[in-house]
Amino acid sequence: MPKLNVVKALNLALLQEMERDEDVLVMGEDVGVDGGVFRVTEDLHRKFGSKRVIDSPLAEAAIIGAGVGMALYGLKPVCEIQFSGFAFQCFHQIENHCARYRMRSQSRFHVPMVIRMPYGGGVRALEHHSESEEQFYAHIPGLKMVIPSGPRNARALLVAAIRDPDPVVFFEHKALYHAGREEVPDEIETMPIGRAQVVREGRDLTLIAYGAMLRLAREAADTLAEEDGAQAEVIDLLTISPLDRETIVASVAKTGRAVIVHEAPRSFGPGAEIAASIMDGAFLSLEAPIKRVTSWDVPFPGFAREKANVPDLARVLAAARETLAF
Amino acid sequence: MPRTVLEPRFQVEYLSILDSDGNLDGALEPDIPPAELKRLYHGMLLGRRLDERMIRLQRQGRIGTFAPIKGQEASQIGAVSTLRPVDWMVPSFRETAAMLWRGWPIEKLLMLYAGYLEGGQPAPEQHDLPVTIPVATQMPHAVGLAYAAQYRGDDAVVMAFCGDGATSEGDFHEALNFAGVWHVPVVFLVQNNQWAISIPLKKQTHSRTIAQKALAYGLPGLQVDGNDVLAVHAACREAVERARAGDGPTLIECVTYRLGMHTTADDPTKYRSAEEVEAWERKDPLTRFGAYLQKKNLLEDGINESVDAEIAAAVQRFEAVGAADPLVMFDHAYGERPAHLEAQRAEVAARLSDAGRPAPAPGDPPSPPMRGQRTSRR
Repeated sequence: MPKLNVVKALNLALLQEMERDEDVLVMGEDVGVDGGVFRVTEDLHRKFGSKRVIDSPLAEAAIIGAGVGMALYGLKPVCEIQFSGFAFQCFHQIENHCARYRMRSQSRFHVPMVIRMPYGGGVRALEHHSESEEQFYAHIPGLKMVIPSGPRNARALLVAAIRDPDPVVFFEHKALYHAGREEVPDEIETMPIGRAQVVREGRDLTLIAYGAMLRLAREAADTLAEEDGAQAEVIDLLTISPLDRETIVASVAKTGRAVIVHEAPRSFGPGAEIAASIMDGAFLSLEAPIKRVTSWDVPFPGFAREKANVPDLARVLAAARETLAF
Repeated sequence: MPRTVLEPRFQVEYLSILDSDGNLDGALEPDIPPAELKRLYHGMLLGRRLDERMIRLQRQGRIGTFAPIKGQEASQIGAVSTLRPVDWMVPSFRETAAMLWRGWPIEKLLMLYAGYLEGGQPAPEQHDLPVTIPVATQMPHAVGLAYAAQYRGDDAVVMAFCGDGATSEGDFHEALNFAGVWHVPVVFLVQNNQWAISIPLKKQTHSRTIAQKALAYGLPGLQVDGNDVLAVHAACREAVERARAGDGPTLIECVTYRLGMHTTADDPTKYRSAEEVEAWERKDPLTRFGAYLQKKNLLEDGINESVDAEIAAAVQRFEAVGAADPLVMFDHAYGERPAHLEAQRAEVAARLSDAGRPAPAPGDPPSPPMRGQRTSRR
């Protein structure tokens, strides 16, 4: 089993799905000859040619809009938006059409399309290159919103997203692209969309995270075990929408305590929905108020202040300890 | 290093074949078989009469808001009549006559405007997209369809409709640009009806024509008398043939006029003069095509009555449609219902079955609220 980083794992998913299914196309800015600004589509152009790996003009709305047309025809376009911060220029196509075509046509049409976007901070980048906007997509009925946390699940979830009959917004954290390598099997592997994973078992506290924040949650769990003798259960959400409430509720029903960690701003973020779901499903098991560790409710403040904005280990530990001591 | 001219001068043609007085340019007259001419007239008349009927249905509260088409029958029927069933039609929201031509049953369109999305569902093999409301956003879809057709090696052509207002939207320009770069088989059909709600064309663009906007994207652009069904048909036939032959996209601007309101919620007397409307009424596409057919002895007696009967029968079928089943809304959000929608659907189903139960008799005790068992360890 080769050890791959997230970039190579995503590339493998695209390569194998394109080999398997001629209807799979890749489209976006610089995805062809250049192989994508993060190299996720590297070599695909050489292998599959410019009809299947399309270097599109620089226009997000038409990338997604043309992708909708291709999907309505029966193709499976995998569209890349170069940075999630630029997706507001195609947000109307995503909300008005990707998410609604099934309903509007009463399932005569559906949009089997993947919209890949790099997101997230911690990479000392310019404005619009560091934000986490998953909540916008999670708010839209008809869409699925997926965020992997490492090479193996990135590959398996991208395969699942390509095969999914519905539009999937697929966020890739920039800080994870080269963060580490993991064994990724040669044979195609897939994972169910809409299912979270308990990646560490524990009885005292549930830490819920996804994307780059998963690593923080795991580190916090290790520290709590070492320094506090507390056993934290860690849930990797993997899919933001539809949310796997069952796994979350089952865990909190057991531990009685929950801390949610995400990089998106707090207000109206995924943490709010997760907390409400816990209230619905495990209220009587709660021993402490649910805590959220998130970015602050400010526009991106510039990377010189980024560390104060994005959650770090100290903030996760402080929230966990407060919850345990309640 | 002199300043030089890089390109030869561009030109935009204007095509008119049958003018408002019924004068025909015989040299340009397209070769259309008599049966097809009669079909074109039927399509235009059906569009007009249904439009009038729908306004009455709307005023009676039997359907909701819709965008009337009166005055634009030639632009629509002249254009879609050049498509084959395997070609694709991409409408905006003011193409009722064109949609009827493409095979949408009248009662389905009435259902759509009565709030039933079933009415917007194309038949399984129908190559038509449903009505799209956000202005110009359907244009890139047409480009994607055309790309896909080319990719699969099908010889389908895509025709996308929009209005003059849409040509100010980014999606319009992005679509033309992509279509030009990709050289895909698509015809962009702008129904320039002079008004985008209350905004006249001169406030919409400083370009002399809309057709010339094609030139910036390397596409041919043609302006047509949009009230002349022969000119629209001839222009679109040429563009569709070009597209099918692999010669790329075309932009056609049909110069027409919205004789009625923007939608049934609009009052156009607030922003335009009666004289202007009357001047355009004299250019009515039906009158002039009717006169042309009369001269050829092709105008059928009693066609108004037979079209009205066709509409009346469809209205009856529409009125026989039962109440909308609320649970259907949970069937078309995703291919497979996720757990939270399963739960929400069950909640609605329970409410519906509660509502179906006889009301409790006076004196019956209210049912107790559900209580969970407290399991807190505190």
